[in-house]
Amino acid sequence: MAQHVEKSSPDIEFPIGFGINNRGADLRAAEIDRAQRKHSVWGITAEFDETDPLLNAARAARKAGYTRMDAYTPMPVEGLSDAIGYRNKQMPALMFCGGLLGCSLGYFIQWYSLGYGYALNHGGRPYHSWPNFIVITFECTILFTALTGVFGMLILNGLPTLYHPMFNLEGFERHSQDRFFLTIEARDKNFDFEKTLAFMRTMGALRVEVVEK
Amino acid sequence: MAVITPREISRRLPSPVVDADETFDVVGKGNTLATVTEKISDAVLRDRLRPGWVIFLGFALLLLATLGVAFGGILVMGVGLWGINNSVGWGFDIINFVWWIGIGHAGTLISAILLLVHQNWRTSINRFAEAMTIFAVFCAGLFVLSHVGRHQYAYWLFPLPNSMGMWPQFRSPLEWDVFAVSTYATVSILFWYVGLIPDLATLRDRAVRPYVKRFYGIASLGWRGSNQHWHRYMAVYLILAGISTPLVLSVHSTISFDFAFSQVPGWHATVFPPYFVAGALVGGFAMVLILAIPLREMFNLKDLITMRHLENCAKILVCTTIFVSYGYAMEAWTAYYSGSIDERFMAWNRAFGQYGWSYWSLLFCNAVVPQLLWFRKIRTNLVWLYFISVVLSIGMWLERWVIIVVSLTRTMLPSTWHGYTPTGWDWAQYIGTFGLFLTCFLLFCRILPVIAMAEMRELVHHEMHHGAHDHGHDSAEPNGGFSGSDPSVAPAHA
Repeated sequence: MAQHVEKSSPDIEFPIGFGINNRGADLRAAEIDRAQRKHSVWGITAEFDETDPLLNAARAARKAGYTRMDAYTPMPVEGLSDAIGYRNKQMPALMFCGGLLGCSLGYFIQWYSLGYGYALNHGGRPYHSWPNFIVITFECTILFTALTGVFGMLILNGLPTLYHPMFNLEGFERHSQDRFFLTIEARDKNFDFEKTLAFMRTMGALRVEVVEK
Repeated sequence: MAVITPREISRRLPSPVVDADETFDVVGKGNTLATVTEKISDAVLRDRLRPGWVIFLGFALLLLATLGVAFGGILVMGVGLWGINNSVGWGFDIINFVWWIGIGHAGTLISAILLLVHQNWRTSINRFAEAMTIFAVFCAGLFVLSHVGRHQYAYWLFPLPNSMGMWPQFRSPLEWDVFAVSTYATVSILFWYVGLIPDLATLRDRAVRPYVKRFYGIASLGWRGSNQHWHRYMAVYLILAGISTPLVLSVHSTISFDFAFSQVPGWHATVFPPYFVAGALVGGFAMVLILAIPLREMFNLKDLITMRHLENCAKILVCTTIFVSYGYAMEAWTAYYSGSIDERFMAWNRAFGQYGWSYWSLLFCNAVVPQLLWFRKIRTNLVWLYFISVVLSIGMWLERWVIIVVSLTRTMLPSTWHGYTPTGWDWAQYIGTFGLFLTCFLLFCRILPVIAMAEMRELVHHEMHHGAHDHGHDSAEPNGGFSGSDPSVAPAHA
């Protein structure tokens, strides 16, 4: 039995780093290496300690035709969205719709309940006494705007997401303290492992690393 | 006889106690992204439990237990335990409700209005001021909840479908209040939490112990500071600030409508909405100072919450107390000018009636004492500043006492006149809410960053790159006003 297992072992493809498949030719190893990397690389990241080199790198990457990239920064950086080429105006529009909904809902509930559902004569006021409805309509507008804003922001940002490939990167803890990361993602159509790696190394970053999936 | 000029008074005032490590800059010199992050997060993650904090928490829990008894008593036995009666139906419950919610307003002013007008000194005080807002609203909420009397029907306040087919009375300011206060509480919590998310991520990344890391990891929802996230985040944060500004004004205006829409002499006044908002800010900023002065000592944050912040708060107090003083003057004037015998009697009764002492104390606390803050030597003296803040808090409480209780004891019909004496239950609940407030605040100081780290990093980054240009006009007013030119007071860089 023991002999049988020993014979069959070279046919099984072990993942890289398993320490067994180094028997094959160098060429084959490189091929496997590339194939594996294609599946395990999520992106290539460069780390900076200042905003200016980050912005320059983002502009250069955009110029080089990369579109699938993102920066990870300890605070909002002015001009970064422009540098990356990220445009998004969803939030104000979404919040406006939320506010409009709250406004109409707030007014409607008062108009309906005091005019029809539970019509009462309060000191001779008309049933549709709109000046009395202003405050609650206003408060509902604010409430719905805030709720759509906060929950819309979280949902569109895909939060909560407790796992993300960037967290695999050693030293990524400093993204929330004092370091700035620019990552070109592997799903970018211009992404080529060797070329992108070489490109990122020209950016003057503190270090360039591969981010595993 | 020598004429006493303001300059002369200023010269004779005691010298301020400004330590060598105090600064008048927005941020102490030499701070970088890493140092501010470290200082603020270490107060949560690395600091040992201080004996002072533990003792203080024990004291707060004792007060909280008092609240438990007082609130439980009201729930079980009803509001008959309070000192209210048929004539004075609103006593400590509404006084304390208005007092607490007013305190909350300073937090929103700091976090929203000062953000919109680019007062970036607000950055290091907005987090704990917002926390103060939320805890103050909790305390205020307890009073409203207990004063409804039949607590099992408290849900009638909300437009919930019910088998009786009934709806709330939307035409009543009291119902507006329900919407205003509940919206205010919700929006304040959302605004606070949104601000906290990046900071919770920082704590997650700096935490060492696995369970601490997990706790902050879950609380931060997996925030990773991505540009796309920040992009949406900033849009929402700015709009939230924009909508919180009219919200905070509307909340206290609506509270003032509870009074102004009635016909009780002393309540029925058009000056009430702005006057109440200004009063809320006085109480709130006084509370900000009461909390900030010990906080910066306790957690060693003197170069982040600097003398500049305390001084600016003091200036806002001067401004807002002038507003409320105008309100007092207008109330008296309107009473006279109305020609109504009831209004005139109300004004006389306030000053010379049974509770006249409270009116004069109120004027002393809110109109006279804060004038001391015109003097720079007093503004920059922490002992004086603390003392004045406490006096203002008492003054603001007395203001609500005078408006609510004193007006109700003598209304238009003399046969309904009745006195008011709070009972032990009233006092227990009032003192108890301090327990709730302090407990929440002390736990907040240990669990969450008391200063908004991400915003601090932005500020420090800005100071590092553009600071040199801004400083010229940013802080070049130290010798203005009535203050003397004492070199020990003036900041070195001015």
